[in-house]
Parts: sequence; C-alpha cells; structure tokens
Amino acid sequence: MKQQSLPLFEIFIRSKRGLDHRHVGSLHAEDHEQALEYARDVYLRRSEGVSIWVVRSSDITASQESDVASFYDPMDDKPYRHATHYKLPKEVDNM
Amino acid sequence: MDAELKPALIEYCIALGDDSVILGHRLSEWCRNGPFLEEDLALTNVSLDFIGRARMLYSHAAELEGAGRSEDDIAYLRDCREYRNLLIHELPNGDFAFTMARQFMIDVYDMAFFTELMQSQEPTLAAIAAKAVKESRYHLRRSEDWIKRLGDGTEVSHERVQAAFNQLWGYVNEMFSVSEQEQLLIDAGVAVDRSALQQNWHTAVQAVMLEATLETPDEDWTISGGREGIHTEHLGYLLAEMQFLQRAYPGQKW
Repeated sequence: MKQQSLPLFEIFIRSKRGLDHRHVGSLHAEDHEQALEYARDVYLRRSEGVSIWVVRSSDITASQESDVASFYDPMDDKPYRHATHYKLPKEVDNM
Repeated sequence: MDAELKPALIEYCIALGDDSVILGHRLSEWCRNGPFLEEDLALTNVSLDFIGRARMLYSHAAELEGAGRSEDDIAYLRDCREYRNLLIHELPNGDFAFTMARQFMIDVYDMAFFTELMQSQEPTLAAIAAKAVKESRYHLRRSEDWIKRLGDGTEVSHERVQAAFNQLWGYVNEMFSVSEQEQLLIDAGVAVDRSALQQNWHTAVQAVMLEATLETPDEDWTISGGREGIHTEHLGYLLAEMQFLQRAYPGQKW
C-alpha cells in the first residue's frame, strides 16, 4: 500500500466534556473508520481527549487567499458591530 | 488462597507475563518498519500495551515470590528453557499479513481469556485482567478490521493473509491445552480453564475469516511445548536481542 494512495483526514479532538472539538492535525487512512482508530493512536496516546471527529480533508471547503478583500476587509471600518463600541451606563458593571 | 498453591500461582503469573513480553517485543520490531506512519504508531502502541501487561504480571510474581527478584530480573535474566510463553507469541513477524493474522488470533483468545480471568479469586490477577480486557478489545477491533481489509482486499493481500493463517493454524491447539499444575489453580478458582474457550474461539475466528473471504485451514498438524519451556528456534534470537543490554551491562538503568 502506498501512502500517497490513502486519503487525508482532518482530526478534531474534544479534550474535556463541555469543551469544543479542536483541530489537532491530519493523518492518512483508508476510510473514516480507520481514520478514527489512527486518530486514537496518533493523537490520544496521553489521554488528550474524550471524543474524536474525523473529516475527509477533501470535504472541507475553505476560503481562499483571493477572498480576503471581499470577505474580511469590509468589517474593519464597522466598529459599531463590537459591543465595546458602546458606552455602558454606570449601573452596568460587567458585560 | 491455599499456601501450597503459591508456587503454581507464581509460575502462572510468569507464564502469562511471558506471553505478553514476547509478543510485545515482536511487535516492537515493527517500530519504524511499519507500512506507513499511522500504522507504525498504532502497532507500537499495541506493543507497549503488552509490555505493560507483562510488567504487572512479573511484578506480581516477584512480590508473591518475595525472594528479591524484580520484574526486570524475570524478563532479562532467564534463558529460553525458563520461558513459558505459548509458541504463537514468539514466531517471527513475517510480513504484515502474518503479523496481523497472528495478532487477530491472539486478540480473540486474549479477550476471552482475560474476561474469564476477571472472575479470578486472586484479586490482583482479576485487576490486571480488567485492565487487559479494555486493551484487548481495542487490539481486536484493529486486527479484525485488518483481516477483513487484507482478506477481502487485493489478490496479493488475500493470498498473503490466507498463507499466514495456514502457517499459524498448528499453533492453535496449544492455546487451549491445560497443564496439571494449571488444573490445580483452575480448581481453586484462580486460573482460567482455557480448554473451555476453544469452541467459542473457533466460532469467532471463523466468522471473521468467512467475512474476509478466507478459508479456515485444515487441522492436520499441531505443535506445542511453550508452557514446558520447549520452544521454536526463534525464541533464542529474540531473547539475545531483548536481553543484550542487561547481559552485557548487568544492573544498568536508564
């Protein structure tokens, strides 16, 4: 079996109950089932988690470098979308 | 437990430890030789599980013995004839299909064996068994998966894994034959009656082989002797490598 022929999977681990799954890396495997097992062996050897998600890398749609100008720049001049833009009345301690 | 059973119990722990340490060492030989990185890591994890299991069993034996021997002494300072592992554990790895076929056969056996051992009247053995079962359940998931992939895979993988089962089949009977001394421990509720596990083992193994489009080999030959210290020619070479450091530099520590 050549490694090049094995599809790539992205691995997400939940480290504790209540926390979100976080991306930890990727690995090669034949299918989802095997990817789960390898994720366990590659990323959870020291009890790093309680739950694993595996996603075929090719199934992820990612934003592109060329999208930067239209996706993110327009938000830069709209500070009123942040809560910190507004002055709080004294009666409100925290927000 | 009866005090006169103690020597038998010590032997029993050492024999089980031998099964684990020898297979653990064999699997460690795949480290950096695995077919690809992920499998290399996974196999090494399995290897470490077996070495850890051996440590618990040897430590317990040493403690029962109370003669100043340590787990390391038991592992590193005994020669072939003193080793008591079942022969299937010591066979050279062969190709990946052979390693996986052997692993699958042992994993099915270990699952049944350690599940039974959890009922042992000897609390430490029962506790070790409880830990081993969890590990073996995962080992079996992996090896069963591989048998199906290889058996129902390409023409080459099918041929290789079938050949592996044919070569391994003669080592099966030994896994289920009980010695007289072991029978005493079985009667005392300490040891597992391995002979009672044989039927289920065959059923479980054959079900997976069938799904993997593999044929169950004919039982026309059988070999045994491991529990009496009569081994294949391969164990000596394995021990020579495994024990080299302690033999050359006695008492050396990390």
